[in-house]
Amino acid sequence: MARSEIEDVEVELFARALQLRHGYDFSHYAPASFKRRVLNLASNTGCRTITELTSRLLREDALLPAVIAGLSVPVSEMFRNPSVFRALRDEVFPVLDSYPVINIWQAGCAFGQEVYSLAILLEEAGLYERCQIFATDFSDAALVRAQEGIFPTRDARAYSENYLAAGGKRSLSDYYHARYEFMKLDERLQRNVTFANHNLVCDGVFCEAHLILCRNVLIYFTDVLQDHALSLFRNSLVRNGFLCLGNRENIDFASSARHFVAVNARERIYRKHADSA
Amino acid sequence: MSATLKAVVMGCSAGGMSALRTVLADVRKDFCWPILVVCHTGSEDVTTFCDLIGMASTLPVREARERHLAQAGIVHVAPTGYHLLVEQGGRFSLSVDERVAFARPAIDVLFDSAAGVFGGGLIGVVMTGANNDGAAGLKRVRERGGIAIVQDPASAEAATMPQAALDIAGADHCVPLKGIAPLLNRLCQP
Repeated sequence: MARSEIEDVEVELFARALQLRHGYDFSHYAPASFKRRVLNLASNTGCRTITELTSRLLREDALLPAVIAGLSVPVSEMFRNPSVFRALRDEVFPVLDSYPVINIWQAGCAFGQEVYSLAILLEEAGLYERCQIFATDFSDAALVRAQEGIFPTRDARAYSENYLAAGGKRSLSDYYHARYEFMKLDERLQRNVTFANHNLVCDGVFCEAHLILCRNVLIYFTDVLQDHALSLFRNSLVRNGFLCLGNRENIDFASSARHFVAVNARERIYRKHADSA
Repeated sequence: MSATLKAVVMGCSAGGMSALRTVLADVRKDFCWPILVVCHTGSEDVTTFCDLIGMASTLPVREARERHLAQAGIVHVAPTGYHLLVEQGGRFSLSVDERVAFARPAIDVLFDSAAGVFGGGLIGVVMTGANNDGAAGLKRVRERGGIAIVQDPASAEAATMPQAALDIAGADHCVPLKGIAPLLNRLCQP
């Protein structure tokens, strides 16, 4: 048996141990990228094999947060794919403006780059005061990072370019303080943001949202789990509520997709069907 | 099941567009395996990239779509900013995980996942490029019974990538650029 075939077996045992020992269910994660993450995690925690990681996971409670952080979506940037943010501002915000209170759910916020991006655009559109933004992730470690709002200064230039391409009206530097190699986003941007733990695999509806952003999260799910999450979004959205997915995501194989209609197919912005309960 | 699935995976970087055009121009019109491509330099605007490759290619060239099946006789190109992976059954998945060898899409990620799905039914091709992405992936392809083709570094616009593949993975065939398509035409039978 080739080494990578043995690793396939080890990944299954690891996932089973994580479920039995800690209650986390990764059985409906797309196997190929899940395997890569588990291998990275083993290497980052100094384990020579996945089996060694599994063994430690069973016995060391303190290892769990690092494991969960390693298995969650880590990478994003501010205003990633600027055209999406421009479309939100131009096509979605005017509709949100008609509500006295606006609930927004960012599902899978990771380190918070997109939450802050959204907050800035809402601020500039004059909508922020009426917004309640729920930023959720299943990794507590990620939520702590998101709440801090501290990012490496080396990313500032790319973020600024994205911000302007997204239709930002000011200068991104108006919203952060840079000190040495780090930039900290203005804390006022999170005055209407609630960071909370939520796992799309097992947690349910907790708010009535006008807009849900969940970009590049469902790409890690199998069809079954993707469909489950879409159904959760459907049940969380108000009539005609908006859903924004990652710009290469595909919901063709999910039966829940019938409850959504694309309003900007290129940017993956959908609306819940008016006749969908 | 995986024994019956077959595919070609190709990776290239600097000089990759021209290399792909050369190879795909000479691939048989009735080529009946899917071809999956990661090219670092082509990923800025993948639609334009597909068009430019497609003009030279005997086969249709399209962006690989999330959750869709790798199709026989189609060249599928990894989209901008995403790793392209193959899941059991031969469907595509995407990831925005960390860059690998400074690249996303990374050749290693595609090759590694494809090796797990196609096993002995996989042919990995590493061509011109200025870094060592693809070498580790090609090693996995061989470990799982697949065939490794490496462009002769002497014929490559940038020799680093094929040389790294030879050093780390070795090759079943090391041929000049012009020799790759005839070799694929011979190896990839229905």
